[in-house]
Amino acid sequence: MAEKLAIIATKGTLDMAYPPLILASTAASLGVETAIFFTFYGLNIIHKQKMNQLKIAPIGNPAMPMAFPPSMQNPITNAISSIFPGPPQITGIIPGMTDLMTYMMKKTIKEHGVADIPELLEACKEADVKLIPCQMTMELFGYKYEDLIDGLEPPAGAATFFNYVLDSEKPMIIFV
Amino acid sequence: MATITPDKTLDASGLNCPLPVLKTKKALEELQSGQVLEIITTDPGAKADIPAFCNRTGHQLLEVVEEGGKIIFYVRKK
Repeated sequence: MAEKLAIIATKGTLDMAYPPLILASTAASLGVETAIFFTFYGLNIIHKQKMNQLKIAPIGNPAMPMAFPPSMQNPITNAISSIFPGPPQITGIIPGMTDLMTYMMKKTIKEHGVADIPELLEACKEADVKLIPCQMTMELFGYKYEDLIDGLEPPAGAATFFNYVLDSEKPMIIFV
Repeated sequence: MATITPDKTLDASGLNCPLPVLKTKKALEELQSGQVLEIITTDPGAKADIPAFCNRTGHQLLEVVEEGGKIIFYVRKK
């Protein structure tokens, strides 16, 4: 095929799981042959258990908005949002804060009609996106092939990745 | 009001990027060449994305109608 896209997914947080899956499923539906190479924490996106536990942490993320989901917006939460545009960094160390922010973000995502991660993975598979787990990081983290979701390509290394993407007239690589 | 009679309607209201495009692609697969798909969406991003999808895939964007917060596309399958 003339055009080939390879996306490298290296992050295992809820927010960073979205860009590779959205871009891959869309590129494939535009007729571009597409693969995602899941390496390091990106493996969690395709891990049977861990894909349901992806989180978003307020700490170290000063760009994070207060993000009260639409159903939770009322005069009190609006007042909080107007004082604190985002959760103050220091509150990120409170136990449970990451879970609370993850809950609020998931609720916001749902109420805005944005797809969830399992839905986007399904969309990728339906569009024939190749999902390739990185062999080396699987061994590093002790993930077995059967710990990962069904429908993946065999685990592969860097050379296989380059061989895939460069075997094309127009190779494209996106690093996430 | 649109003057085109679609062969099939896809209601993607309430869905956001990238779902309207993905569902459009799937719905077009079920049509014959030359048939027309109507796509109803509320996603402002679809306004640019559905034409981009058509441009890339060769399906013909016949008409775009905006009414009451909805954006409605008519696409003829190539």
